[in-house]
Amino acid sequence: MLEIKNLQATIDGKEILKGIDLVIPDGEVHAIMGPNGSGKSTLSYVLAGRDGYQVTGGSAHYRGQDLLALNTEERARLGVFLAFQYPVEIPGVTGINFLKTAVNAVRRSRGESELDAMQFLKLARKKAKELGVGEEMLRRAVNTGFSGGEKKRYEALQMALLEPSLLILDETDSGLDIDALKVVSEGVVALRSPKRAMLVITHYQRILDYIIPDRVHVLAGGKIVQSGSKELAQELERTGYAQFTGQAA
Amino acid sequence: MSDGMDQVRTLADQKYKYGFVTDIEADVAPKGLNEDIVAFISAKKGEPDWLLAWRLKAYRLWLTQSEPTWGRLHHAPIDYQDSYYYSAPKRKDGPKSLDEVDPKLLETYEKLGVPLHERAILAGVAVDAVFDSVSVATTYKGKLEEMGVIFTSMSEAVAKHPELVRKYLGSVVPYADNYFATLNSAVFTDGSFVYVPPGVRCPMELSTYFRINAQNTGQFERTLIIADRGSYVSYLEGCTAPMRDENQLHAAVVELVALDDAEIKYSTVQNWYPGDENGKGGIYNFVTKRGACRGRASRISWTQVETGSAITWKYPSCILQGDDSVGEFYSVAITNNYQQADTGTKMIHLGRNTRSRIVSKGVSAGHADNTYRGLVRIMPKAERARNHTQCDSLLIGDQCGAHTTPYIESRNPTARLEHEATTSKISEDQLFYARQRGLSQEEAVALIVNGFCREVLQQLPMEFAVEAQKLLAISLEGSVG
Ligand SMILES: Nc1ncnc2c1ncn2[C@@H]1O[C@H](COP(=O)(O)OP(=O)(O)OP(=O)(O)O)[C@@H](O)[C@H]1O
Ligand SMILES: [Mg+2]
Repeated sequence: MLEIKNLQATIDGKEILKGIDLVIPDGEVHAIMGPNGSGKSTLSYVLAGRDGYQVTGGSAHYRGQDLLALNTEERARLGVFLAFQYPVEIPGVTGINFLKTAVNAVRRSRGESELDAMQFLKLARKKAKELGVGEEMLRRAVNTGFSGGEKKRYEALQMALLEPSLLILDETDSGLDIDALKVVSEGVVALRSPKRAMLVITHYQRILDYIIPDRVHVLAGGKIVQSGSKELAQELERTGYAQFTGQAA
Repeated sequence: MSDGMDQVRTLADQKYKYGFVTDIEADVAPKGLNEDIVAFISAKKGEPDWLLAWRLKAYRLWLTQSEPTWGRLHHAPIDYQDSYYYSAPKRKDGPKSLDEVDPKLLETYEKLGVPLHERAILAGVAVDAVFDSVSVATTYKGKLEEMGVIFTSMSEAVAKHPELVRKYLGSVVPYADNYFATLNSAVFTDGSFVYVPPGVRCPMELSTYFRINAQNTGQFERTLIIADRGSYVSYLEGCTAPMRDENQLHAAVVELVALDDAEIKYSTVQNWYPGDENGKGGIYNFVTKRGACRGRASRISWTQVETGSAITWKYPSCILQGDDSVGEFYSVAITNNYQQADTGTKMIHLGRNTRSRIVSKGVSAGHADNTYRGLVRIMPKAERARNHTQCDSLLIGDQCGAHTTPYIESRNPTARLEHEATTSKISEDQLFYARQRGLSQEEAVALIVNGFCREVLQQLPMEFAVEAQKLLAISLEGSVG
C-alpha cells in the first residue's frame, strides 16, 4: 500500500505540490489525470526520489516504509518503478548491459541469485517478444535514437523485467500507436496482481479502457481536486479541466 | 652554428674518463645522476662500449636540454639529483625458473592481482616481469624460441643479440628526441626486447608487468619490438604500483619497428598510483612511445587505457613510412581528483596511401584536467593519405576540465582528413534514470563510462578488456555525489 499524506514539494523554491493526499492499496490501480503543468510528473519524481525536488511537508510511505528517507536506488530495489514520461538516452550503454545490471542489482537486494548472461538474455528475449520490442533494440544503446513510441515500449519492457510492486506510469500511452498501446497495456495488465499497486498518469481515457482503474483522481494546481470511479475519466474527456483550473488558480 | 651547439658536440663526443667512484658490487647506485652513474649502470650490465658511448652522448646532451613546457601540466620542479638510478633485486644471478624467484616478489605480484605463474599458464601469456629495474623471471621462452621469436629483457638482448639491438635501438626514438627520451637513453636500466622473424605469427600475447618498487627509484624502461616481414605480434603492457607519498618519475621509451606486411599491436593498461584525493603523491609519467611502419603495408596499432599517475605525458605515435601502411591509436584516459593527463598521438604520413585512425576518449572527474593533443602530418609524398580522428570527452561534475588540441598539417592536396570531436557530461537525468532502475550511483557511472569507452576497450585482448573495465570503475570511485 502506498500512503501519501499532505505531500508538499518545491523545485528551485517554486511550490509545485501543495498537499497531496493519496492512498493506493495493494492490488489497486489508480489513475491521475490533470492539466499540463499541474504537478503529475513532479509527484512521480518525488516518489522516485529525484534530486532537486525538495519535500517541504507531508509524508509518503510504501509498505510501511518511509519512502522519503530512502535514496533513489533503495526505493527502486524496494519495488518502486517509474515509467518515465521522457525516457533518458544513455549513449554507449547497450540495453542488454543496462538491464542486466539493473535486474541483478534488484535481485541482489532481494537476496536472490544474480542471473548470468545466458539466463538474462533468455528472459529479456522472451519479455521483449511479448511487448513487441525488436531484439535488435536490446543491442542498441539505451533509448538512444529510439522513436517516441519505441521509448515507451522500452519502458514497459524494463518494467516487465524488473517486476516491481509499485508501478508509476507517467504518460506511458503518449506516443504509442494504436496497436502498441494495446500491447503495452496488456503488458501492464499482466503485471496486475493483488500484491501490486499502480499509479497511471495519463491525459487520455483510452489507456484506461485496457487498464481499468479502481479510482481516478484529478490533479490540478498541485492538489488532488477530485476523485471518483473510472467513469470520472470519461466525464473529463467531455468536460475538460476548465472547472478545476478556475478553482485552483 | 653557434658556440653553444659546438660545445654540445664536443661534449657529446668525449669519452668517459673519470673512472669508477661507485662500488660496482653495490646493489644500489648512490642517489643522483652524473657520468659516473651512467657508466655504473652500463658496467653493471656488462654492456659493450658502443652502448656506453651512446648513453654518455645522451647524458651530455641532456645536460643542455630543458624540460618541455608545452603540455597542459603543472607540477613542482623535479629534482633529478634526488633519485636513485639503479637498484637491483637481491638475487645476484638471474633465476632460471619461477622456483628460483624470490617468494617475496611473487607475493607482491599476488597482492597486485598478478599471479604470475597462474596467469602465465592459464592465459597462455608469456610474462617478462620487470621488477624494479632488472628482469627476474621470463617464462614461455621455450615455446617462443621454437618459432624463433626472441622475447627477453633488454639487457639480455644486448648481450645475446647485439647486432639487432645496435641496428634498431634509437632508430625510431633517437637519443636526442626529447628531454625525457634523452634522459632515458642515458640511464635506462631494462625493459623488454622482442623480435619476430619473417612470416611468424606470434602464438601468444606477450606481456610485461612493470612495477615500481624501491622508494625513490626513477623508472627508465626501454622497450624495443621488431616485427620482421609478414610477421605479427601483440604485446601487452600493464602496470600497477603501491600507495606512495612521494612523487616518482617514470620516463620510459618504447620503440616499434614494423617491416613489410608486418603488424604490431601494442596495448597498455596503466594504473600507477595517481596521488591521493588531495593531489598528494603519485607517479609522474613522461613516456615516449613511437612506432615506425617502415615496410610497405605494415601496420601498428596502439591501444592505451590510462587511469593512473598524477601526471601523464604521453603520445604514442606512428611514422607511416611504407606505402599503404596503417597506424592506429585508441586511447582512454581517465583523470580523477587532481590528476593531469596530456596525451594523444602523432601520425606522420610519409608514404603513399597511408592511413591512420585516432579514437580518443577522455574522461575527467573531480578537479582533474584531461587534454588530448594530437598531430596529423601529411608530407608531400604521401599521396592519398587518409586520417580519421575522433576525440570524445566526458565530464563528470563541473570542476574538471577537458581540452582538445588537434594539429593538422597537410602538405599534399590529395589527403583526406576528417576530424570529429564531442564533449558530453554525465547528466543528472542519466544518473537518476539508472538509479531509478536500481543501479547505485557508482554502478551507473561505471556503466556509462564503460559505454563511452567501448570502442577503445574492444581493441584490447579479451582478459585485458575485462581488467580494464574494472579499473575504470575503480578509478572513478567517489567521483560523483
Ligand atoms: N526545474 C524546474 N524549475 C522550475 N519549474 C519547474 C521545474 N520542473 C518543473 N517545473 C514546473 O513544475 C510544474 C509541474 O510540472 P510537471 O512536469 O509536474 O507537470 P505535469 O503535470 O506532469 O505536466 P504534463 O501534463 O505537461 O506532463 C510546471 O509548471 C513546470 O513548469
Ligand atoms: Mg508530466
